[in-house]
Amino acid sequence: MPRNFTYKLTLVAVILIVAVFYLIPSLGPKLPSWWTSFLPSEQIRLGLDLQGGMHLILEVEVEKAVASSVERASQDLQRRMRDENIRASKPEANDQRQIKLNLLAESERAKFEDLVHNTMPDYKVESTRTEKEGQVAVVLGLKPEAVKSIESQAASQALETIRNRIDQFGVSEPEIVPQTGGRILVQLPGVKDPQRAIALIGKTAQLEFKLVDETVDPRSAGKGPLPAGSELAYLQSRDRGTGRVNKEPIVIRSRASMTGETITDARVQFDSQGHEPYVSVSFNSAGARQFADLTSRNVKKKLAIVLDGKVQSAPVIQEAITGGEARISGDFTLEDARDLAVVLRSGALPAPVKILEERIVGPSLGRDSINQGIISALVGGALVLLFVLVYYKLSGLAADFALILNLVLIMAALAAFQATLTLPGIAGIILTIGMAVDANVLINERIREELRLGKTPAAAVEAGYGRATVTILDANITTLITALVLFQFGTGPIKGFAVTLTIGLASSMFTAIIVTRLCFDYVIQRYRPRSLSI
Amino acid sequence: MQLIRPDINIDFMGKRNLLMLLSAALLVLSLIPLLINGGPNYGIDFSGGILVQVKFQKPTDAGAVKAALKPIGMDDSLVQRFGKVEDSEFLIRAQKPGLELAGLDQKLSQALNASYGDGFEVRRVETVGPKVGKDLREQALMAIFFALLLMAVYISGRFEAKWILSAVMAGVLVATALLTHWILATVLGLPDTLVMIAQIVIALGVTLAACWVLRLRYAMGAVVSLSHDVMITVGIYTLCGREFNLSSVAAILTVIGYSLNDTIIVYDRIRENLRKGARGVSFEQVINESVNQTLSRTILTSGTTLLVLVCLFLLGGGVIEDFALALLLGVAVGTYSSVYVASPMLLLMPQGGGVKLSLPQAAPAKPAAKPAPKPAPGPEPEEMNDDPHRPANIRRVRGRTAKVSRSKRKKH
Repeated sequence: MPRNFTYKLTLVAVILIVAVFYLIPSLGPKLPSWWTSFLPSEQIRLGLDLQGGMHLILEVEVEKAVASSVERASQDLQRRMRDENIRASKPEANDQRQIKLNLLAESERAKFEDLVHNTMPDYKVESTRTEKEGQVAVVLGLKPEAVKSIESQAASQALETIRNRIDQFGVSEPEIVPQTGGRILVQLPGVKDPQRAIALIGKTAQLEFKLVDETVDPRSAGKGPLPAGSELAYLQSRDRGTGRVNKEPIVIRSRASMTGETITDARVQFDSQGHEPYVSVSFNSAGARQFADLTSRNVKKKLAIVLDGKVQSAPVIQEAITGGEARISGDFTLEDARDLAVVLRSGALPAPVKILEERIVGPSLGRDSINQGIISALVGGALVLLFVLVYYKLSGLAADFALILNLVLIMAALAAFQATLTLPGIAGIILTIGMAVDANVLINERIREELRLGKTPAAAVEAGYGRATVTILDANITTLITALVLFQFGTGPIKGFAVTLTIGLASSMFTAIIVTRLCFDYVIQRYRPRSLSI
Repeated sequence: MQLIRPDINIDFMGKRNLLMLLSAALLVLSLIPLLINGGPNYGIDFSGGILVQVKFQKPTDAGAVKAALKPIGMDDSLVQRFGKVEDSEFLIRAQKPGLELAGLDQKLSQALNASYGDGFEVRRVETVGPKVGKDLREQALMAIFFALLLMAVYISGRFEAKWILSAVMAGVLVATALLTHWILATVLGLPDTLVMIAQIVIALGVTLAACWVLRLRYAMGAVVSLSHDVMITVGIYTLCGREFNLSSVAAILTVIGYSLNDTIIVYDRIRENLRKGARGVSFEQVINESVNQTLSRTILTSGTTLLVLVCLFLLGGGVIEDFALALLLGVAVGTYSSVYVASPMLLLMPQGGGVKLSLPQAAPAKPAAKPAPKPAPGPEPEEMNDDPHRPANIRRVRGRTAKVSRSKRKKH
């Protein structure tokens, strides 16, 4: 035997053994502990379409974060002008990221511009126009770079918040990836209750405390005009007995006395009778002070707790609350209360998120897909093996051996690289079985041609492999190019296809060229046959 | 065992006009459903909408499912049986414009619940917003376009040793694509879909014209046959009433790779036989001989691939069925085209350059007789014959290949 042969045999043997070690965890249900301590224990990862789960593409509506930032700035401006004794109309934010107001005295213009310059670095005075009676109409605009930074901050904060919520929801191996254009990809494998997960992820969770305007009779509020700064809302409650939803009109202040920004913790608790769950929230020290201030100034008044624009409850403030805790009650089921606690704890989303794409695969469909995939792979593979054996006889046996080894290598590589196996991925493996034969067909047809020219078996094998190898490389590179394009373009399942196709190509070239050659060399060196069974 | 006799000698090239007519007929046949439909039957991946797969415990039919959806105004959804009759599994699909998708799947299951109680299981829900659908459509077209482009670059680099030339061509093409996009979308203000289609047609036209002018014979043959495969596959697929979704695009891309694989093997043989360069043999004869020599391999490989694909189509289950069908069609068309489109295309380009070197007495080609697409008239024949770079290029190819086989021999 040439030395070269021994090297190659060793190489193939080592690769085979390593492959088997990587493959074993995916086959058996439970591995002994001595195995997992120093040998690979990763199983082949299944894609969402095989194990069931949910795939979401979310879009953070960043322009709304910008709008609410402008709104907040206009409120702050009003307060500051009051503090500085600048007389002006109420600043109004519009949807062009501008704040408009009228200064009542032209003499205060320089003072106002100083105020803007010193306290509102993100804004610039876009235009001023002197109106009648010495008034000055001012337009403040948000600078473009500030818009950009608010947007990117909103996007990254949303990503962080969503990640927090999913972590607390308890899904194993979630995938949360930012994408271009402020989009977020969320993959939750094996999630049991997708609708609940969507509600949890998508809830903005903007908590606001608003005082109830008790000067107006809510029942007549729908008819007459409301006082400035007040709005009509509805307090919804569900009657436990009949299941009917009652809508009770309530007039609340438009401006929030406090928001949920300072919340540090939120947990589910039960009322004194022990059946009604509620959510208790704690504030940080600044928030606690603000809340104590709010409640002490408004004892015996009603305070509405508003979540995402919906009034949850409007209890009467009995006494100043100084402990830094508030209680949100409503008609919660235990599950509702738990989810609310999760979203409050993880913070509000800086802007609402929209679901652009949603794909849910139930676990039973995934199982069916795996079974059908395996069956078609087995049947297809068996037919190909049989055909090759019949067509090329003993040489076909070598090719068959290479094919089986190829399958083992593909599966082992999937486990080793922790690549995700998807349904199109299974199809990719099946396709690879069909295409891997190509290399052996090319080689064997060449050997047959060389034999027909009257060459000896050894020379024919030599020439056959030499000529065919270039062609095989050439042909496989094109498929590799498509696999790369696919990987670049594809989402989840398609990427899985590209991955198995690439792995399959690499391993099929190895098995078809090196492993079968080894078989031929062995037979030729050992038995020095006069003719080949091909 | 042998399926094809080694001494087989079918006159493939002699029948090329007839078969080019067949190809043209197939192309027209596949364009008809595309034109009537205004494109392939886009699935929800591309059109946006909702798809729900529901399995019922008791047998039911599409009409009953539709009736159950009436209360929520979704009775105009497409309801299709999925898989075998005894599975009583259905696909519910809605993709009308302006459909409010948020929470729609919940509404659907509530409506089904009202009619069927708990006797059903929602096995799959896919909701794609219109914006994502449009993005995916653009990405898919771009992916197919770039795959074709990369193939053209690879082929001309590999077969004609014109790597720099083909890279320049690729650059020009991308620039053309961007420029046409700007003109069509910004200046003329055409709708997006039309822009995409026009862009691809123009880009392909420019590719072919560039191949013609630069004498990239093999690249042109490959691009024409790949475009032929893609169009016919999409056309027949649409004719079968199948939906075009993300996995169909993956199938199309795979077909591009596979079909080129076949084409390369034939081209490799043609090149090898040209190098042997027996005098007095026409280019046409060389091609014929090469196709015959590789015929056994072509049929065997396509056969095993088709065999596994048929298994996948029949046994792989409903989700993968469309994917398997697109691959089946594509592999079949791709095998045909490597013999009857890619090879005759080599004859289409007037003789000159590399072929002249190996075959001084090359038979004159008959370019006038071909019904095949001809994007641009080439320069006059005289002009091409004195291409001073050609001999050097060919020698370089030969030198390199020889080196490869020498080093192989050394190894063993």
